Amino acid sequence: MARKKPTPQAAPGATQKLRLHVPEPSARPGEEPDFSHIRVPPAGALPRPDIAAAESSLRGYADGLIRVLDEDQRAVGEWDPQLDAETLRRGLRAMMLTRAYDDRMLRIQRQGKTSFYMKSTGEEAVAVAQAFALDPDDMLFPSYRQQGLLIARGHSLVDMMCQVYNNTRDRLKGRQLPIMYSVREKGFFSISGNLGTQFPQAVGWAMASAMKGDTRIAASWVGEGTTAEADFHHALTFASVYQAPVILNVVNNQYAISSFQGFAGGEHATFAARAIGYGIPGLRVDGNDFLAVYAVTRWAAARARANHGPTLIELFTYRAAAHSTSDDPSAYRPQEESARWPLGDPVERLQQHLIGLGQWSEAQQQALARELDEQVKADLKEAERYGTLATAPASPKTMFEDVFKEMPPHLIKQRQEMGY
Amino acid sequence: MATMNMIQAINSALDVMLGRDDNVVVFGEDVGYFGGVFRCTAGLQKKYGKTRVFDTPIAEGGILGTAIGMGVYGLRPVAEIQFADYIYPAFDQLVSEAARLRYRSGGEFWAPITVRAPCGGGIFGGQTHSQSPEGVFTHVCGLKTVIPSNPYDAKGLLIAAIEDDDPVMFFEPKRIYNGPFDGHHDRPLQPWSKFRESEVPEGHYRVEIGKAAIARPGADVTVLAYGTMVHVCLAAVAEAQVDGEVIDLRSLLPIDLDAIVTSVKKTGRCVIVHEATRTSGYGAELSALVQEHCFHHLEAPIERVTGWDTPYPHAFEWHYFPGPDRVAAALKRVMEG
Repeated sequence: MARKKPTPQAAPGATQKLRLHVPEPSARPGEEPDFSHIRVPPAGALPRPDIAAAESSLRGYADGLIRVLDEDQRAVGEWDPQLDAETLRRGLRAMMLTRAYDDRMLRIQRQGKTSFYMKSTGEEAVAVAQAFALDPDDMLFPSYRQQGLLIARGHSLVDMMCQVYNNTRDRLKGRQLPIMYSVREKGFFSISGNLGTQFPQAVGWAMASAMKGDTRIAASWVGEGTTAEADFHHALTFASVYQAPVILNVVNNQYAISSFQGFAGGEHATFAARAIGYGIPGLRVDGNDFLAVYAVTRWAAARARANHGPTLIELFTYRAAAHSTSDDPSAYRPQEESARWPLGDPVERLQQHLIGLGQWSEAQQQALARELDEQVKADLKEAERYGTLATAPASPKTMFEDVFKEMPPHLIKQRQEMGY
Repeated sequence: MATMNMIQAINSALDVMLGRDDNVVVFGEDVGYFGGVFRCTAGLQKKYGKTRVFDTPIAEGGILGTAIGMGVYGLRPVAEIQFADYIYPAFDQLVSEAARLRYRSGGEFWAPITVRAPCGGGIFGGQTHSQSPEGVFTHVCGLKTVIPSNPYDAKGLLIAAIEDDDPVMFFEPKRIYNGPFDGHHDRPLQPWSKFRESEVPEGHYRVEIGKAAIARPGADVTVLAYGTMVHVCLAAVAEAQVDGEVIDLRSLLPIDLDAIVTSVKKTGRCVIVHEATRTSGYGAELSALVQEHCFHHLEAPIERVTGWDTPYPHAFEWHYFPGPDRVAAALKRVMEG
């Protein structure tokens, strides 16, 4: 929770004028970053409950913070998922690939080769660890900063780049803003761009899976800002009423563009606590701790698969990059804030954990970083063979397709009017 | 063949589709155990079980948001919005999601949902149980919008809507659930059983979406209407003693432009009638289409008879409702024009 400034009290008996509270973050540009309001409990402190535990016994988790990696990046406590070193290295690789991809795509946007990009820097553990914790055929209803889900599921970077370029291989045919991916074969639902709409859709998908006696579950992601949208509450209501097998994730990266999380109500309660009123377990987890994110997601998935219903997970993290290429955070937050984030960087933490285990080295780290950068560059080269934003993705006549399954007469007529 | 009113015909369509396709599910506020406030889903939960026909929270955005997710999974959800007036909380899910999903995903995902919503006035429902928002939805690319005017079409169009792979808005003019109301509110309502449109096959059939019907052939003036207004226009044509050709559009989008153009080119005159408010209403689109395609055949200005541009006023129901007198007056004006 962000610090709430103390309210001045009137003298006893005096008539007090009403006063509107407008939230204010702890520091603005030019001020010293201040995270003193963030309580970081020790790693390993919270027990791991049974997946069938009653929601009423879990309420403390909404105000807690599940952490596995301690200050020395050793895995401690009951939530340690005991992953083997190979899985950890794969996790590290997917997070680093996500970061390398983001860095390269930001650069091509700055070069004018595409219109728009959104990085997930600092939040890589959220998408990557969660993709690792879910089954490959579980259905994902992401928001716009979970590119790590696709990368962790082994999707082709070239295919993602072609969408960002809106080029001739863009599977979305030049119709969507860059990064609004849709990849059906990876169980990755079409990103809307409108906030929160996918949350009740994920619940509906999960309800359908339960109706059909399927075994697959659904997961969805929103930012903490989007918890203010009606769709967030629709999703929680329906998930609770029908005990849908769904994991509802709130990525609390502290910012909705320029608005700090106080404008979503974060001064007064955690976002995990929103689940309590719906009778849904709300678990708050260190979002920069790969092992903790994996373990909590695994717990929620097992609970859903066993017909014990939905879970809301608040992933407590920090948006290290700008909201998008159209944003400049130096206008609203201290520039040094990101480096001072008390929960560190997810890539560095997992790297240090592996080194501590004797399963990784600085030299391997540097070699992997170079290898991934080369891979991204090579993939980019291939993607550019199919064009960039300056290249028409297809005949303009395709813009009339897929409005309906079959093109009705009025659209055929309009296509002809355009000259095609 | 059986004799059905519109409620029974809609119930029969849902029954047929629940029976034929395990992927059809029916839900909404009060639709499950109780069978719907208008009884359109009566008996269906008992017959098909509560995971296929069920009640929902009072959250239209949640009803249609989850319906889209079910559609993405592979189901064919039929969601009831209890009154069309309550649909606005779900507007974003319809406009930004259901309507655009196929397009924005390059054809990877789609949501074959059917949204049933009782619409229209004439029931003393006040401003929150009387609206006709169809024009709001025809303006949204990616949605189909249909409005039946009788039991036979209601069943056939609803089956076609459920089987359609695109989202379909299915508006039910609630004033004609029990009989073809012609706008003469001071006269007793004739039940559907007295009319041939109440003869409805018990099994599966479809009325194609996108095809209008000629409710009354005529030579002098084309009357474009849908829903309750079809019956009002039939009465008005008789009372004005003009040989009006009343076209029941049935499907507003896609629209049967050929039927409209053929008729207006024949008659040279056109009156457009709907209950919804006038400005930017669906009649404006109809008027533009007639002008674009039939200008040189027109012998008089096109007339619109619609609800007034006010909220639906409870105590002034019959001043607001575009009844046969107003339609007849418009018919006479275009015949003199």
